[in-house]
Amino acid sequence: MDLSRGELEQLVSLAGKVKQGPQRHWLKERVIGSCFFEASTRTRLSFETAILRQGGKVIGFADSANTSLGKKGETLSDTIRVIGSYVDAIVMRHPQEGSARLASEVAGVPVVNGGDGSNQHPTQTLLDLFTIYECQGRLDDLTVTFAGDLKYGRTVHSLVQALSMFGCRFKFVAPGSLAMPGYLLRELDVSGLEYEVTDSLERTLPDSDILYMTRVQKERFDPTEYGDIAAHSVLRAEMLEQAPGHLRVMHPLPRVDEIEVAVDRTPHAYYFQQAENGVYARQALLATILNKEL
Amino acid sequence: MSEKMKVKAINRGTVIDHITPGQGLKILNRLHLINDKIQVTVGLNLPSKHMGHKDIIKVEDWLFSMDEANELALLAPDATVNIIEDHKVASKMKVELPGRLTGIFPCPNPNCVSHSEPVDSSFSIHQAKDGVFMRCRYCESLFRKERFVGAP
Repeated sequence: MDLSRGELEQLVSLAGKVKQGPQRHWLKERVIGSCFFEASTRTRLSFETAILRQGGKVIGFADSANTSLGKKGETLSDTIRVIGSYVDAIVMRHPQEGSARLASEVAGVPVVNGGDGSNQHPTQTLLDLFTIYECQGRLDDLTVTFAGDLKYGRTVHSLVQALSMFGCRFKFVAPGSLAMPGYLLRELDVSGLEYEVTDSLERTLPDSDILYMTRVQKERFDPTEYGDIAAHSVLRAEMLEQAPGHLRVMHPLPRVDEIEVAVDRTPHAYYFQQAENGVYARQALLATILNKEL
Repeated sequence: MSEKMKVKAINRGTVIDHITPGQGLKILNRLHLINDKIQVTVGLNLPSKHMGHKDIIKVEDWLFSMDEANELALLAPDATVNIIEDHKVASKMKVELPGRLTGIFPCPNPNCVSHSEPVDSSFSIHQAKDGVFMRCRYCESLFRKERFVGAP
């Protein structure tokens, strides 16, 4: 994410104002290209909601199968260059890493990255920051525990990097095969930030402010290995009895088995509010990009 | 026998000296990729006062720019580049790691968009305590330089 701490704070603050209302038509007369070269449910629909709620119009596609790129072998560069000549901004998701950067070089209009392969998903990070701010009242000096797939989870990597700008402390709970990549731990070392690597979710709860759960992807493991890993990465409602009252549980969704449904009924559950916040965060981002003044 | 007698002198061109032994052939490959018409003389594993041993490459009729010289820094961080005119050293450059390398190495990430699109690969170079790292402009993956140039 090419945003400074100050820019992130401004976007988080604007997302809060958007959520409180009233609704502003900051995208009136604007046409946004929604270019999803691979399937997405929450990201695409929340972007399109964010555009429509601000009075903008959407053109685009929800998968690349029926585009010239998918059917006729056109390069991504040419596809984006042409779409960029039609619209005021492009929101895109693409399965290849670096696709959004490349698109931003040829589009001629702003490009918002809705996910590029396993690289970045910056608007997820923005909505996560907004959600943390909303439920904790601050972004700095928090203890944030991450659990689940910390190796492949790009949302975890981006959020850790963003929270590093705010001097947070981290706890990482994952089996060895899904541990945080070494280069990210090295970045924390270089920044002098405190972190702890552990295999016990329960032990981390009493002194955490946020528990950020992620899905362990079944397809990465054989069934026995998956069963073993999944059993150690499940949050049950009774585990939260030791948690401080203000702890909130977040998850980028979709969840599968890693958060028991009973957790939904505790005051700690915050993942559905988090998903809803995706619309406000994306409204704030698009409004900022497409308006000199708000 | 003196070193000068082992590698023929050139009238005009570039002498890349003090190359870490073993890296000379890699540099040669790189130079041939840029220009396959060049005439070169190569000395491998020659005795050196300062380095013990070194490789040396003499390229005729190609006067390296600073940028071209710095491209070699990943392969030969201690190299000196001498520009020769009329059999004399006209200028001498110590190579330095460039901030960015463009169009030289393909990105090791097979799912990086730079492989399938009409763009040059591009890496920013970072000197860290435990080595030199390169970050792809597109996929943002971070690699140790050895991934590109092999271990010294």
